[in-house]
Amino acid sequence: MAGQHRKAQAHDELAPVVLKIAGITKRFGALTANENVSLTLHQGDVVALLGENGAGKTTLMNILFGHYVADEGEILVAGAAGALEHLPPGSPQAALDAGIGMVHQHFTLAENLTGFENILLGVEPIFGLARGRSAARAKIEKIVTDSGLAVDLDTPVSSLTVGEKQRVEILKALFRDARILVLDEPTAVLTPQESEGLFQVVEKLAAAGLTVIFISHKLHEVLAASHRIAVLRGGVLVGELTTADADRGKIAELMVGREVPASQRSPMSPGAAVLKLDEVKVSGSDARRTLHAVSMVVHEREVVGIAGVAGNGQSALASLISGLVEPEAGRVEFCGDAVTTFSPRTFMSAGIGRIPEDRHHDGVVGAMTVAENLAIETLKDARFSQNGFLRFNGFQSHALEAIEAFDIRCSGPDAPTRLLSGGNMQKLILARVLENAPKLILANQPTRGLDVGAQTEVHKRLLAARERDAAVILISEDLDELFTLTDRIYVMHAGNLDDAGPTDALDRAAVGLMMAGHSAEATAS
Amino acid sequence: MIRLEPRTTPSRTLALLAPFAAVACALALAAIPLLAAGQNLFEAYGLMVKGAFGSAFAFSETLTRATPLILTGLAAAVAFRAKLWNIGGEGQFYLGALAAVIVGTGAVPGPAWVLVPLVLLAGASAGAIGLIGPAYLKTRFKTDEVVTTLLLNFIILLIVQMALQGWLKDPMSLGWPQSEPIVDEATLPALFEKYRVHAGLLVSLAAAAVITIVMRHTVLGFELRAVGENPDAARHAGISVNGTMLKAAAISGALAGLAGTSEVIGLKGYLTSDISPGFGYAGIVVAMLARLSPVGVVVSSIFIAGVFVGADSMSRAIGVSSYLADLVVALALLSVLVAGFSIRYRVRWLGLRGGEA
Amino acid sequence: MEFLEIFLSANFWAAAIRIATPLIFGTLGALICERAGVLNLGIEGIFTAGAMAGWMAVWLGAGLFGGILVAALVGAMIGLIHAILTVPLGLSQHVSGIGVTMLATSAAYFTYRTALPDVTSPPRIEPFQPLNMPLLSDLPFLGPALFQHTVMTYIAIALVFLVAWVMARTPLGLAIRAVGDNPSSVDSQGLSVYGLRIGAVMAGSALMAIGGAFLTMAAFDAFFFGMVNGRGWICIALTVFASWRPKKALLGALLFGAFEAYQVRLQTEVGAVVPGEIFLMAPYVLSIIALVIAARGADYPRALLTPWFKGQR
Repeated sequence: MAGQHRKAQAHDELAPVVLKIAGITKRFGALTANENVSLTLHQGDVVALLGENGAGKTTLMNILFGHYVADEGEILVAGAAGALEHLPPGSPQAALDAGIGMVHQHFTLAENLTGFENILLGVEPIFGLARGRSAARAKIEKIVTDSGLAVDLDTPVSSLTVGEKQRVEILKALFRDARILVLDEPTAVLTPQESEGLFQVVEKLAAAGLTVIFISHKLHEVLAASHRIAVLRGGVLVGELTTADADRGKIAELMVGREVPASQRSPMSPGAAVLKLDEVKVSGSDARRTLHAVSMVVHEREVVGIAGVAGNGQSALASLISGLVEPEAGRVEFCGDAVTTFSPRTFMSAGIGRIPEDRHHDGVVGAMTVAENLAIETLKDARFSQNGFLRFNGFQSHALEAIEAFDIRCSGPDAPTRLLSGGNMQKLILARVLENAPKLILANQPTRGLDVGAQTEVHKRLLAARERDAAVILISEDLDELFTLTDRIYVMHAGNLDDAGPTDALDRAAVGLMMAGHSAEATAS
Repeated sequence: MIRLEPRTTPSRTLALLAPFAAVACALALAAIPLLAAGQNLFEAYGLMVKGAFGSAFAFSETLTRATPLILTGLAAAVAFRAKLWNIGGEGQFYLGALAAVIVGTGAVPGPAWVLVPLVLLAGASAGAIGLIGPAYLKTRFKTDEVVTTLLLNFIILLIVQMALQGWLKDPMSLGWPQSEPIVDEATLPALFEKYRVHAGLLVSLAAAAVITIVMRHTVLGFELRAVGENPDAARHAGISVNGTMLKAAAISGALAGLAGTSEVIGLKGYLTSDISPGFGYAGIVVAMLARLSPVGVVVSSIFIAGVFVGADSMSRAIGVSSYLADLVVALALLSVLVAGFSIRYRVRWLGLRGGEA
Repeated sequence: MEFLEIFLSANFWAAAIRIATPLIFGTLGALICERAGVLNLGIEGIFTAGAMAGWMAVWLGAGLFGGILVAALVGAMIGLIHAILTVPLGLSQHVSGIGVTMLATSAAYFTYRTALPDVTSPPRIEPFQPLNMPLLSDLPFLGPALFQHTVMTYIAIALVFLVAWVMARTPLGLAIRAVGDNPSSVDSQGLSVYGLRIGAVMAGSALMAIGGAFLTMAAFDAFFFGMVNGRGWICIALTVFASWRPKKALLGALLFGAFEAYQVRLQTEVGAVVPGEIFLMAPYVLSIIALVIAARGADYPRALLTPWFKGQR
């Protein structure tokens, strides 16, 4: 796979320069997000911008696209004639005009319009009539045939799959004659197979002269799909290498700045079943919230992984195990007893701790203090209230203990929670979940958006809970994480849950195929 | 080019100053129509201040006017904290007033120490029911409570008019649509002889104290704030969002209902269909000016009451339409909204070219 | 069988359409604002201000169409206030809307009182007259029912189809629908989110004001305090009921007009036994019922009530 991309490599140095990022520095208050970053791109280049969360990748691309203005440095883009021209800072319109197209991680599509209409937005004169649509149509069709970005352009975007929406985004950029395409974490929402398809398209486009920058923190895809790799760490460009000469360990070290300590999972023998789902159905408003007769079991001293591309029913499963939704059919057993009442409160008091997927949205009340958020799940506890009245001393002492024990960096128990960094917010949630020694922990994407240090911390805490006899369900899109932490893996696809078996007997490719909807038997044969 | 930057910590000084700045801004803006109407600004505003605070009588009038405003302001503050947009204070006010005359005009006999609390309870319950309905529709059918409470204001007023034309009509009223008078045992006494300010003020102040305690020191207040700030996280943490919403509705409606009751049994002594000059709507302004703080509600009620009383007095003296008061109040609401914005954001002037700060 | 006979009178249908006319303007206006992602609760005040401004312009000698123009301009200016507060400043659309209603209402009343301090019976103007169309107006039944309205009614109906066409078929309509669904979609294509939203709110508010002007310039011939009487709020409910589609809004407004015309006629039949207030309540009750039925499955514009700030994705 990697070999075919490297062929293009040799021509890069000869191809004309299309983009020159020169000495970019950007500070936000005391934080330096980018420090003297310089990067040169040639026509047909596929450059991976690699770095941890918070390394400054997105800031750099936002400067390129005019969302931010750099404190120092400048950006030069090749004009139509090929000569490098200064790109006016702080103007997305100027970036668009200069032929820079960006596909954001969160799609910028109007879901009530069709793909075609989304592409046309802003292209036609706003107060004019809809004219020249057939010419536009022909141009798009040609781009589609040339690139292989096939997608139904006449249905509302809301009914497209995530992969199809991404294609519409890329078509938007290509329709505007983008010569430089920036893809921000493009594979975060794709199956391994879809990612593979995307990279084939990228390679095809690059061969036709498009320059591509893709932002990623996933080593294996960077190695597989780029010509060159630029590594950012702490806002500084710490390495620039051709993919052909790169080796995994070396890049990982460049990216993190030290050797990555792998979390070690000691073998343990699982105990009694803690949670058992038997043919449980949940019907939701859309596919993401629907489960079709799923069955699973989780035992004491066991970490069970749920692999799958986001949007395949994981949120329905998480809501079910959090007590937020009631199953339509099937049986849910917790510690041997059938569950009849589905509410977050009963689930919590039964001993289920939940780390929600979106910590800002579901995990904490940002406007309330750290002390309040630490107590919010156990308000009726005698430490926190008596006869309906709050006990502020209880809040304070409890918060001070948790801040100490979990190393939550904040200005104190009264700090507004929204000011905490992602990692510290997650530590707050972990403190809340773990202090009641839950029998089952549901960790839904617990390390998303965290840097390596915070990730390791979360992993350590989850494994420690397992050693303390707890059962852990880990929902993750990150196969690396699943393969290091879990004892067994289930794969989720389109509301179905397939048992993939013990992790040690699995290989990535098989799990990837199951994520795309192939059943375990078919994969094995 | 200007750019807005969120402040990491909202400035406390600004938060305290904002309502005053908003008031100043509202008065300055209201000067434009005043000048356009050909009035002398200093004379007009001078007369307003004098009319509202210039004598013991004037101040008593202002406090009398502030009494229902404190309650409707608290009603809005509690509901808005939970992000329940109760714009139906006016309707709930009339429900409270209606309950007061149903219970307090002789239908139930008893001594004052029984009857006054009973009437207040009846008024509070009626107001509570008036908001629980829309809140239930919101939680059950996702019906926008703003529109339902607004429409209910019209419906309730028509119910009151119907009652006053029919079964509640005082046969001695010579054809005027008004209710029978409240019996003496159900009346809130005046606080001072010869002044209209009545014991309803004490009820209002007590309510402000209770709401302060509820919001800051109780589990209910905690849950209410959590639901208002982030309902998803609250639900996730095991707080019943719908239950909390209904509780907030009950408290908010009860407070607005109490306002109507207090106005009937403390001031007017009977019910007419024009007993409220918009106390329910003004309560929204009061609450916003107070930045939803119960103590602040007391202060801002006195200010808004002063504007109304002062404008009436000025209107009588120099013939400026007393709708000026409504204009000032509306401007104060919009100004305080903008002021709230400046607490959360810093406005940066980046020069005409939009360079970098 | 006089309950059914009401439907057979041309008069009844004429009244239904007359009652529906201001609601058509108002609902179209609310729909445009909400399609762009801004709830405009200033509508009740904008109706009042439009009614006052239009009437006063005519009274001062601007002519009837001059009056409509003045009302529309006043509406757009009030809309601009709401738009500035809710779009670039991103303040609460609920609270700002209520504030704008209070402001517009009190400004209209203050202006009226200041201009006419001592008048007890409001001065009258010569309002729009029913059109007399050759042949059509003389048709039996259909003539009086459909073809003897004022020009404002026909403008309202024409606007329904115009707005529907703009929304569905033009680049502008595309952009308005997109900005109400996901502002980033227009921002990423180089269009101005603020420009679109502010423009939509101003245009919608102008229509609301014309709806108000219909009251003083066609339905009646003078301005009264409290004459709008909740019509604006009813339009907000109708917008949800119409699921943000102009032609459905027309249908909703006509149904509403028919219902009200019917109950007015019913009242004359049974007025002796049922208090008049019950009939007066009906439109509000009907609105709440319509809202409850429609709200549950309503396909709200996704970005309604959500402010958007530059640089945000």
